[in-house]
Amino acid sequence: MSITYLEAIRLAQQRALADDPRVFIYGQDVGAFGGAFKATKNLAQEFPGRVIDAPISEDAIVGAAIGAAIEGMRPIIEMQFADFSTVGFNQIINHAAAFHWRTQVPCPITIRLPSGGTSGSGPFHSQSMEAIYAHYPGLIVMTPATVEDAYSMLLEAVAIDDPVIFCEHKYLYYHLKADQLPTEAMPTGKARIARSGRDMTIVAYSAMVHEALAVADELAAEGTEIEVVDLRSVKPLDTDTVMASVARTGRLLCVGEAFPWGGVTAEVIARVASEGFDLLDAPPQRLNAKDTPVPYHPNLWTVHRPTARSIAVAARKLLRQ
Amino acid sequence: MLLGRILDEKFASLYRAGKIHGGVFIGRGQEALSVAVGQSLRKGDIFAPLIRDQAGRLAFGESAVDAARTYLGSVLGPMRGRDGNVHRGRPKEGYLPMISHLGAMIPVVNGMLLARRFKGVTGVVGATCLGEGGTSTGAFHEGLNQAAVEKLPLVLIVANNQYAYSTPSARQFACRSLVDRAAGYGVEGHSLDGTDLTACLETVGEAVANARAGRGPQLVVARLLRLCGHGEHDDAGYVDLKLKQSTMGRDCLKVAEEYLLQQNWVERETLVVWRNEATQKVEEAVAKAQREPTPDPYKENWCALASRHLVEGHGADTPEPEDT
Repeated sequence: MSITYLEAIRLAQQRALADDPRVFIYGQDVGAFGGAFKATKNLAQEFPGRVIDAPISEDAIVGAAIGAAIEGMRPIIEMQFADFSTVGFNQIINHAAAFHWRTQVPCPITIRLPSGGTSGSGPFHSQSMEAIYAHYPGLIVMTPATVEDAYSMLLEAVAIDDPVIFCEHKYLYYHLKADQLPTEAMPTGKARIARSGRDMTIVAYSAMVHEALAVADELAAEGTEIEVVDLRSVKPLDTDTVMASVARTGRLLCVGEAFPWGGVTAEVIARVASEGFDLLDAPPQRLNAKDTPVPYHPNLWTVHRPTARSIAVAARKLLRQ
Repeated sequence: MLLGRILDEKFASLYRAGKIHGGVFIGRGQEALSVAVGQSLRKGDIFAPLIRDQAGRLAFGESAVDAARTYLGSVLGPMRGRDGNVHRGRPKEGYLPMISHLGAMIPVVNGMLLARRFKGVTGVVGATCLGEGGTSTGAFHEGLNQAAVEKLPLVLIVANNQYAYSTPSARQFACRSLVDRAAGYGVEGHSLDGTDLTACLETVGEAVANARAGRGPQLVVARLLRLCGHGEHDDAGYVDLKLKQSTMGRDCLKVAEEYLLQQNWVERETLVVWRNEATQKVEEAVAKAQREPTPDPYKENWCALASRHLVEGHGADTPEPEDT
């Protein structure tokens, strides 16, 4: 059996619906159609009345999820594209994120954000929003990079008593496969050493983990051992694992697909610089998408975001320092 | 209605005396409409009030002490000093604490009603209030449309109080009447004179009954004039004198009192007794809240998550004051 990242997301939702009558799915086209990416395929038929099509209204979709969560339900909502979550931004950051702090009543919502770039998707269907949501207290931001994590972290997201921004990567939907789903999983908040090494640490998350691993393979052939840390969730951010890795290697490159300004990579570097400056043998570096909207044409897109090619250039430069 | 008015007046005087942080937002001129909402709802219903709904909050069951606690920052209040003034509620009791973003409470009430439907609970109503300014927001349109599509028992009360902060209705919307919007969403609409308590009780009561009976969302639009500033910091100098002098500018409390007298339901002396009783109740509530502790920042649990194990230590520590 071979399970894709997308199928893992579908199976996690199926399992959540089956295990807990409080769970329901709400979003645009999630019903009989099965979702724009088919992440809810057949679920409406299997769970009648619990997988509901919403009118185009991200603000009202998130708002309704908050109301249902207050009443003890466990809504999973699909934003269709992460980019569209901006329309529901007010409800996410001002209402859901602040609700428990204000009232002590939990607000357990899972907000699925099909994130990141795919070729030809352009400025409004390719964005990575994790840094924006991680900025706000009261939200958990998950960025799974593997089929196993996509499955186990989505189940964990539904079980958590707080609003979770679940950034699933569209490029990984069909590109990743696993033989089986995990029965036991590493909990959210722990980063994973995706590959061990002694010469340099690359911290990455989501699709960038795989680009970083490709670079580690490439440089291994030249005798350089790169350690790749997969953050798994950007909030909470596992500073301890990052710091321990940098202590082993002395060099840090942090890679993210989102825009550069004030992003996850900036946060990782700020933490390492302020708490582990003496561990570093060279200035920590970061690599992000360019500071422009995401371009449409594949020629532009493949250069706009970090890839194994640009990460390798940055890694080699850092190794020389 | 009377208790709401006097409680509001007390908060305003505490604000002027510098004893309340932030702002004070009162409902003068809107008590008849507000109280009709609180009065029409039952235990088990959902109420998401807005800025000027002190009277409705009391009618729905809020204690004057809880209101005072929130304004005065008592840790024993429902918001424990973390949120203040009109941003208070007890969500587990179906009473929602508003956020400042207008229209935002509509879909949240919808979600609560959806949850009740999932649980098989019937016969409940969810009501929320808005000013005419709030009807210009995307949240209003998305929320009302959502309620209509799902045929939810939502009662959406709009107080067309003529000014959104200082912006007059003519700069807020261009349609003939806001109640016409009901037809646009396929819901029932009601309009009324918001200065008349009898009309408010009758019309809001009818809308709530319709929603309870399964006739779907109800939009209620009341004509009235806000007889105060946006908040106590605002002298409302922009309000048109002609509006003040029109029937729309009548004080709903006086109108209600006159009606009671005309009907020979009360003596004038009784009104004085009621006012004295309400004043005493307000003074006691405020005095109680003033005696209660306010938050200690060094004992505060600075934790925004319910999932304590996922709280990041980074940046969360507040340095203790150094010994001198």
